[in-house]
Amino acid sequence: MFLDLIILILLVIAALWTVMTRSLLRASLGLALVSAILTLIMFNMDASLAAVFELSVCAGLIPVLFISVISLTQPLTFKEALEHMRSRMARFWELPLLVLILGVILVLLSAKFKAKLPALETQASARFVLWHLRQLDLLGQIIILFGGVFGVAVLFKERKKRG
Amino acid sequence: MYALLILAPFLGSFILNLPFRKVNKRLSFGVCAALFLLQMAVILIPDFGLNKINPAALANIFNFDLGVDALSKVMLFCTGLVAFVTLCTSSFFLKDGDDKFNFANVLLIAVSGMNGIVLAQDIFSLYVFLEITAVASFILIAFNREELGLEGAFKYILLSSIATVLMIAGIALFFLVSGSTHFAVIHSALLAQDKSLLINLAIALFVSALFIKGGLMPFHGWLPDAYSSAPAASSVFLAGIVTKAAGVYVLIRMLVSLVGFSLTLKSVLLFVGAFSAIIGAIAALTQTDFKRMLSYSSISQIGYIMLGVGTGTVLGLAGAALHIFNHAVFKSLLFMNSAAVEKALGTRDTSKMGGLGSQMPVTGLTSVLGSLSCAGIPPLAGFWSKLIIIIALWSAGFKTYAVIAILGSVLTLAYFLSLQRSVFFGKLNAEFRNIKEAGFSLLFPMILLGVITLGVGIFLPLVLDKFILSFNAVLGG
Amino acid sequence: MVSAIFVVLLLVIGIYCILATYNLIRVLIGVEILIKAVTLLIIAAGRQNGNMALAQAMVVSIIVIEVVIMTIAVGVVIGIHRYNNSLDSRKIRKLKG
Repeated sequence: MFLDLIILILLVIAALWTVMTRSLLRASLGLALVSAILTLIMFNMDASLAAVFELSVCAGLIPVLFISVISLTQPLTFKEALEHMRSRMARFWELPLLVLILGVILVLLSAKFKAKLPALETQASARFVLWHLRQLDLLGQIIILFGGVFGVAVLFKERKKRG
Repeated sequence: MYALLILAPFLGSFILNLPFRKVNKRLSFGVCAALFLLQMAVILIPDFGLNKINPAALANIFNFDLGVDALSKVMLFCTGLVAFVTLCTSSFFLKDGDDKFNFANVLLIAVSGMNGIVLAQDIFSLYVFLEITAVASFILIAFNREELGLEGAFKYILLSSIATVLMIAGIALFFLVSGSTHFAVIHSALLAQDKSLLINLAIALFVSALFIKGGLMPFHGWLPDAYSSAPAASSVFLAGIVTKAAGVYVLIRMLVSLVGFSLTLKSVLLFVGAFSAIIGAIAALTQTDFKRMLSYSSISQIGYIMLGVGTGTVLGLAGAALHIFNHAVFKSLLFMNSAAVEKALGTRDTSKMGGLGSQMPVTGLTSVLGSLSCAGIPPLAGFWSKLIIIIALWSAGFKTYAVIAILGSVLTLAYFLSLQRSVFFGKLNAEFRNIKEAGFSLLFPMILLGVITLGVGIFLPLVLDKFILSFNAVLGG
Repeated sequence: MVSAIFVVLLLVIGIYCILATYNLIRVLIGVEILIKAVTLLIIAAGRQNGNMALAQAMVVSIIVIEVVIMTIAVGVVIGIHRYNNSLDSRKIRKLKG
């Protein structure tokens, strides 16, 4: 329980760092870190299938995607970056405070809040559920991947010269 | 057999991308058109050959859980119709063979996604298909990769993602309280428990996500931008069906199958509906950009649909469904008119136009039909749906809202009259002396939709009872 | 139960990031954090009600969808950059709400 709590706090700190760090590159890496910590939480909660996906796709693929955009778009000059950093700090300094206060309020509130929740025990494995009971979702995933391929074909296509 | 409606468009696009691309490129238009027409035929003709396929035969291969009622049939038909006219429009506007091919493919993906939304009986599958539709519409908006289109697409991506996040949060809470994502299981779980804070929170998250997706008034920011910046064919598709399927239909489905109509929900829906109907119409009055005006008009009409839904009665629901159909017809028609005018003149600024009716007779005539139907003038189709909605409001005891609906109708008439006067009537601007009417592939769908508006308006009263009665099952089930 | 608090905190961070930033990529990063938050919520819900298998199936779908959407979004951002040479949303507000 105590360990869970520490990991969750780490998650929020990583997210804060991702949002507040001044370099875009570090923000992308921070996102990977958030995903990695989320993977830990998932393992801790016995969600190993989801955890593997999260680690390979979200911690691996998406930051690569962001970093490739950043490298395609030009970086700022040093002076601009300094200016940029100052204005960022002005906009973001309240956020950690806000998060902290909100966290305390929520902890206090949650002591009062009691919900009746069902406790079912299903023994089906995640793999079985995914492949046998959620076939419609699988079809949906195939279609959306196909759609993504077309999106790439349309959006990244070399522009033809038009007369 | 309805599983085919999801599978067929996807397989169609899959087969088109197998080798022999040269042949496939020529075939793409025909394949798409055939699929969309088939979809309409399956809904319209009960004895159609495809309807006789034994469902058990398919169930052996796929384990899909799908369901159909009167409302989904209306949506499926609209999807087929709007997709078909969009295809015609795209073949008029896109000259490049590759572009046409890609557009047809993305359209197929979008149709497959929307059929999935309409047929799904599971809240999470519904979300998956919602995202398919959303991805396809992002691509359609950014299709020409022009500056405005990309910007509109980004706005849409951002707001749609926020809506998605709200929606998943709602789904997670429903899942938490019921242990499943199937409509029926959640419904019985919600009935068993009292309306706790958690359930109310889930409903609120879900409804606000759908308000964003549907472009209702406080959350409408993305809609005029996305519609007006999208390429012509895409905006026909988006305005005609996508927002209705992704926002309005899902909202109705959720109310009907998932949570039921509570008094609070009804009053929220009615208020947001009335607000959108009136403010959307007023905003439309002030626009001089043809497509932006139509976008605000869309917001206003979606408000009407919400007013119908908000009554929570069979009559209101039937009126809303009929208005969804009518809106799909006349708004696609009007967006095609605007595309034809823009193509001929090179501008969308209505203040620079005038007297185009003499140069573009078919466009002018069909746009008069479309506008009058939208404003609810008898005997056009829009009159009946608005009449049903207003009667439903009145008989359910929401008399103030009925009066607001009538007022909104007058406003609608006002902005369409001013649009018609400034675009198609009046004196012809000298520099537009030698413009020509659009080509056949654009005129054909315009005439088709014009005839549907007129025909439905004249013949609907004959089958109105049957149509409304079929919605008993929607609310009962 | 404890996780729910952290979900709310993550949501706040993500929304703040979207509202306070002018950089399009940072907006997308904010959206990513929001999606992470709801992923955590689903897993926590599955843990709570014992149906972890379904929760995992949902999370897998969400991850696949997330990747596709981010790819499209990145494509759009690159397109915008090609026109403006900038990712600052203040410079590219041609469309007004």
